[in-house]
Amino acid sequence: MTSVTEPRTADEKRDAGPADDALALGGETFASRLIMGTGGAPSLEVLDEALAASGTEITTVAMRRLDPSARGSVLDVLRARGVKVLPNTAGCYTAGEAVLTARLAREALGTPWVKLEVISDERTLLPDPIETFDAAERLVADGFVVLPYIGDDPALARRLEQAGCAAVMPLGSPIGSGLGIRNPHNIELIVEAAGVPVILDAGIGTASDAALAMELGCDAVLLASAVTRARRPGLMAAAMKHAVTAGRMARLAGRIPRRRYAEASSPAIAAGAHE
Amino acid sequence: MNVTINGNPCRLPEGATVAHAVEVLTSAVAGVAVALNDEVVRRGAWDSTPLGENDRVEVLTAVQGG
Repeated sequence: MTSVTEPRTADEKRDAGPADDALALGGETFASRLIMGTGGAPSLEVLDEALAASGTEITTVAMRRLDPSARGSVLDVLRARGVKVLPNTAGCYTAGEAVLTARLAREALGTPWVKLEVISDERTLLPDPIETFDAAERLVADGFVVLPYIGDDPALARRLEQAGCAAVMPLGSPIGSGLGIRNPHNIELIVEAAGVPVILDAGIGTASDAALAMELGCDAVLLASAVTRARRPGLMAAAMKHAVTAGRMARLAGRIPRRRYAEASSPAIAAGAHE
Repeated sequence: MNVTINGNPCRLPEGATVAHAVEVLTSAVAGVAVALNDEVVRRGAWDSTPLGENDRVEVLTAVQGG
């Protein structure tokens, strides 16, 4: 139990936030706590509609071999929306691949920010902790703002923070699975210990999952498939925007403790009772 | 000389540079980055970086994903 006279934990100080409750990340501030991915959108037009409805200010893109036959550019969509471009290293299996991809992204996009993603196998797309940590150390040393995608592992999150990462991005469940947050206890443990923002990344299926992430104390949510593969992407993007805001407000407001039995919310003795 | 551009074999004249390899794919340079044999070549150095026999050139850009 926490009272106002007790020293505030780092977690509570962070939650108190600035007056406008901006997200402070990598030396910048953002009003929106919803970070969008771009994978899975059936067209750039649908993506654009979803980004607008989501209110996002940061959106992640992958780096791939240039295809001369490709029509339109995801970069044009993001720039027209005024959204910060966050390159990722999706598709990399080794630290070496991820470091090269991050350096190419920095060159192509002019940003030192990178969502570091090193996967272990194609079937689960689960992040490889050893390769991820190796790449994170090398990228931090090279001046990158590193946002690593990791399992819901509090020990690894702490080590990556100590290595100089600007945030940690634990998964709720595997990429694109829509299984939500399978281990909320671990997410809470990561949040409790973290001195950098915690961004719940991967596994969000619907709005309540995003709200839960924020209620658990995450600083932001990153999602793609839940919106881009929804029957109505624009509508789901709006739902996610509200869910992240609602979850954040609930976290700041402080939920009531869970009880096994009822606690009356009206006066205990009604007039004339027990006479 | 024979080089590989984004995994595809390609013949370029002797003296060709990284800039020539990029031109095989695109005339646009915004949002594009190049690796020569797994090392980034800064845009300002494309014209002055010569290619050699069997060099591997990767030309990347941002796409939807992640």
